[in-house]
Amino acid sequence: MTEFHLRTPLSSADVQELNAGDVVFLSGMIFSARDKAHALMREKGAPISLEGAAIYHCGPLIRGNAVLSAGPTTSGRMARYTEEILARGVRAIIGKGGLPGAPFLNRAVYLAYPGGCGAAAALQLRVMGVHCQELGMAESIWEFEALEFGPMIVAVDSYGKDLFQDVRRSAEKQMTK
Amino acid sequence: MRTRVIEATVRALMQAETRLPSWVMQRIEEAASLETNPLARSHLHFMLENVRLAEDRSLPICQDTGLPIFHVQMGRDRVLDFSLQDAIAEGVRIATSTIPLRPNTVDPITRKNSGDNTGPGMPDIILDHVDGRSLKITAYPKGAGSENMSLVGMLNPADDPYDFILKTASERAANACPPLFLGIGIGGSFDLAARLAKRALFNMPGSSPQELQLLKRLNNLGIGPMGLGGDTTVLGLKIETAFCHTASLPVAINFQCWANRSATEVIL
Repeated sequence: MTEFHLRTPLSSADVQELNAGDVVFLSGMIFSARDKAHALMREKGAPISLEGAAIYHCGPLIRGNAVLSAGPTTSGRMARYTEEILARGVRAIIGKGGLPGAPFLNRAVYLAYPGGCGAAAALQLRVMGVHCQELGMAESIWEFEALEFGPMIVAVDSYGKDLFQDVRRSAEKQMTK
Repeated sequence: MRTRVIEATVRALMQAETRLPSWVMQRIEEAASLETNPLARSHLHFMLENVRLAEDRSLPICQDTGLPIFHVQMGRDRVLDFSLQDAIAEGVRIATSTIPLRPNTVDPITRKNSGDNTGPGMPDIILDHVDGRSLKITAYPKGAGSENMSLVGMLNPADDPYDFILKTASERAANACPPLFLGIGIGGSFDLAARLAKRALFNMPGSSPQELQLLKRLNNLGIGPMGLGGDTTVLGLKIETAFCHTASLPVAINFQCWANRSATEVIL
């Protein structure tokens, strides 16, 4: 378990040095996107550059330009979009609960931010811009400047290791005991 | 009186969104002191730190400020000459703009957001009549992450309800922001089981031998905080039961995340 302090946009070398279980603090631009934003990007393309980007599964609570609470949302709802979002150059998806690992192989990581910790996350984010505001506060694509955003756990690495799957399998084994 | 109900609703929401009940904090603190997995322990400490930050700055603990769900206990000697539903809804609208809360409620088909956390059926008010004159309003804002993982199973009477609960938890807990509180309804009908499970969350935590045994089995699954492994998977659970049809065994599990928010205001 190693601690990394990285900056976006992420390079493929950044991704390669991360292993499941490592702790990451991220600085630089990150973009929020959840259900409606993903559907919109599928239909019309992304309003932002996704090369080396970190996408944050988050529907923040924002007043004016102030981030009040901004923890992760459940990534599983966006699982249907993982392949195409990573194909556009995204190198990190941030969320909670995990995503199936296969699409991450050799190109990206999944970073788990502690769920429910919206107040703490808000202090690490600044609003730099917003897209698709017609989707509403929670569903807009917010451009955040992240300041040592974390701690995040590398839950799926680019080598096929998936911590959520390991824990789930071990729970199933325990149940049949 | 209507104004007092509106004000009590706003106060209950403010309190519930920005701090946790002391017994919930104690459960998390106890778990953090007993947890043997270092990653799990650091998650629990981060959660506690997050709550303290939220309290100090009067900010919502979680950006998912939830669906507006209320448990109202109304004294039988009290007569209201206004709609309780409308008054609490007005409180929710005010709280949404003043705390503020994230606008969460949408039309289920068009997905259009009302912008103020109200709409047909919302707020959801569960009403009990009790002795006396007081009006007790408890806000239980409910986040979607944990609510989405909830499940009603129409089991066969020969099935083991505890096996069903363990299987459901092992498949779904990671998405519900564990460590969890589980409201469990056993018996009744399809919809009564679900309502029992919601009411079980109001009566948390249980301490019967069956409840403690189930708690132990769930924690042995090793799912841990945020589903990344550890000793702490469930912080508390409560089972509510009702008689059911001889051919039925409904079992409902209402997941509640670690941020088990609630606050009560009493109007005497």
